[in-house]
Amino acid sequence: MEHKIPTGGEKLIQCLEREGVEYIFGLSGGAAMPIFDALVDSKIQLVLVRHEQGATHMADGYARSTGKPGVVLVTSGPGATNTVTGLLTALMDSAPIIVICGQTISPMLGKDAFQEADVTGITYPVVKHSYLVKDGRDIPRIVREAFHVATTGRPGPVLIDVPKDIGQAPCPAPFTDKLDLPGYSVPSRGDPAAIAEAARLLSESVRPVLYVGHGAVIADAGKAVTTLAEKLRAPVVNTLLGKGAVDERHPLHLGMLGMHGTAYANKAVADCDLIMAIGARWDDRITGKLSEFCTDAVKIHIDIDPAEFDKIVKPDVSILGDARLVVEDLIPLIEMGETEAWLAQCERWRKQYPLKYPKKGGLRAQHVLDRLNAITQGDSIITTDVGQHQMWAAQFCLARSNRHWISSGGAGTMGFGWPAAIGAAFGNPHKKVWAVVGDGGFQMTLCELATAQNHKVRAKCLIINNNYLGMIRQWQELFYENRLSGSDLVGNPDFVKLAESYGVQGFRIKRSADVDRILRKAHAYDEGPCVVVAEVVKEDNVYPFIPAGAAVRDMIIDQPTHKLAKPTGST
Amino acid sequence: MSERSSRAQRGEAERRSDGPARTLPAAEPIGTHAISVFVNNKPGVLVRVALVFARRGFNIESLVVSPGVEGRFSRMTITCSGRKEDLDQVVKQVAKLVDVVHAIDHTADQTYSVEIALIKLECPLDERTPILQIAEHYKARVVDFGKEALILQAHGSSEKLDALTELLRPFSLVELVRSGKLLMARGERVT
Repeated sequence: MEHKIPTGGEKLIQCLEREGVEYIFGLSGGAAMPIFDALVDSKIQLVLVRHEQGATHMADGYARSTGKPGVVLVTSGPGATNTVTGLLTALMDSAPIIVICGQTISPMLGKDAFQEADVTGITYPVVKHSYLVKDGRDIPRIVREAFHVATTGRPGPVLIDVPKDIGQAPCPAPFTDKLDLPGYSVPSRGDPAAIAEAARLLSESVRPVLYVGHGAVIADAGKAVTTLAEKLRAPVVNTLLGKGAVDERHPLHLGMLGMHGTAYANKAVADCDLIMAIGARWDDRITGKLSEFCTDAVKIHIDIDPAEFDKIVKPDVSILGDARLVVEDLIPLIEMGETEAWLAQCERWRKQYPLKYPKKGGLRAQHVLDRLNAITQGDSIITTDVGQHQMWAAQFCLARSNRHWISSGGAGTMGFGWPAAIGAAFGNPHKKVWAVVGDGGFQMTLCELATAQNHKVRAKCLIINNNYLGMIRQWQELFYENRLSGSDLVGNPDFVKLAESYGVQGFRIKRSADVDRILRKAHAYDEGPCVVVAEVVKEDNVYPFIPAGAAVRDMIIDQPTHKLAKPTGST
Repeated sequence: MSERSSRAQRGEAERRSDGPARTLPAAEPIGTHAISVFVNNKPGVLVRVALVFARRGFNIESLVVSPGVEGRFSRMTITCSGRKEDLDQVVKQVAKLVDVVHAIDHTADQTYSVEIALIKLECPLDERTPILQIAEHYKARVVDFGKEALILQAHGSSEKLDALTELLRPFSLVELVRSGKLLMARGERVT
């Protein structure tokens, strides 16, 4: 056996082993069979999913929670097209995943073969890079390059399309560490002149704000940012995906900013004289109305992606580089700022506009998530889906450390939360992992209950069930005279019975008084996956709320009494 | 679509872009940009580059792709109209593609540029005198002289070729093939 020349499929799997891959999330099919066959003799564990979209989100959750790339293996045609949503999700949120697709045999490319799709063509806009393998001898180089490109710089998804004949044919190519990427460079340290200028502006500022994004999480810049904030005496705010870079319970931390961020974070941003983005991209959910966003503040932008500079905001100083390295270089140049009056003002806002929710009138999602935070203590990994539950979880579940908060931000992909939690649980067998999802999003990828149960993955799925697409209903109530259109999820199943039909333990929370007891029971449950259904009040709104395209002064702190104009911003 | 109508549409688009219909601030004029993109010579690279332009709704007006000194690289010369600020962003997004070695907007640079045109005119032998006079003024060469039609070959700046085409338009101009702008940065600058 030792002298047998491996097939292309075997070579590919050997290359993945060489990259340290532990798990492949996948679903087989005709064109991918040579690669799946090679998995039989591999130490890489195959996680058989029920739908390819689930595989991509599992790989994504694995990647974001571990910092290691997640790998997906699917077949050609519909198998590959089912990964498009996951690719977009990973691209928008800079998650390193590798998607390997089977493809029809090379001579049939472009001839409408069975289950053929132009997958590299379909996916160009949603990948960082992609490869169509045309010669088996390229496999070792392509795999090495794919992992390098996916994980370095601004991470992102890479797709490899492998025709079946190449997977099947002998592949005597040696392993290689050589990269042939003359167009690809990875920024590291920032320009010293730009850093010195930023340090001068920071030291002069009396009302600074550090605005921390996903780049800080990816670069592991949290410790450096905390040191910088303490030295400057500057408040910190983070984006939805920046949660966890700096401990959200730190006294200088004002929580999440943006559309559903805390009022005090947004007021601080609106009133600051300097804002420094650290691995954040001035998303429309953050800036709201651009012409009124931080108009008088000095803007500093640290990013590893040069295409982010001047895209939305023209910074006074832009620093291209790794967020951690740049902030570490800034620290020794900083003098302690005169910020005590500013910090006192931020504290007044914090007291004046706390996050709150009604304690009466039925079971509230906010109450459930507030208690989940109390029980998990920032020590569990929390993934979310997209919608009201996501915003409430972001407000109430405080992230304490890097890679403990995973949410679909840029793409806003419903169906992300539950498979992402399964992937995170594979990558972190000693951590508790909670998915917080809505009843709408959960039903998009609920088939992965089977995957979780087969592998006895200890991921917990908390379904915030209001029998609505709640965020849509909220907008229709506030901006469309409560004319509900396509937001009522009539026909939802009994989620506990559904879980039980997969052999998964189900819990139900119906009353506020049961929240702690049942959450604790589920938190302690260690035999495999479990589902907790919180039957919350049907009609509740997320506040604070800055309508899309509006400015901070238009922030709605509480249920409005007057009619609101339709938002003008992006979606 | 005939050559003539597409050319006419291009003219229409050019006029419109300067007109008041666009709701753009006066300070941001739309100009033609010449962008040079140095890329890996691989299948699919052109699509990746073109998608960045298409996503922002930019129309590529001319495109020349040819191998570089080393065969594993190619150079694309793209002309495109738009606001400088928007195109700067497009150039950055193009430069970010893994297969792109560098991308430069040469509009403000010292460059030498040239374009070649082949122009076919359908007209009988006895009506060709004015055409040949115009051709001579523009140093255009007759490269095919048939009974029903003739082909002129002209080269020079894109503006010169525009002017020549306009002059020939009344004389049964039936086909027009232009190379697109070829461009090279002067001196030691990189194209």
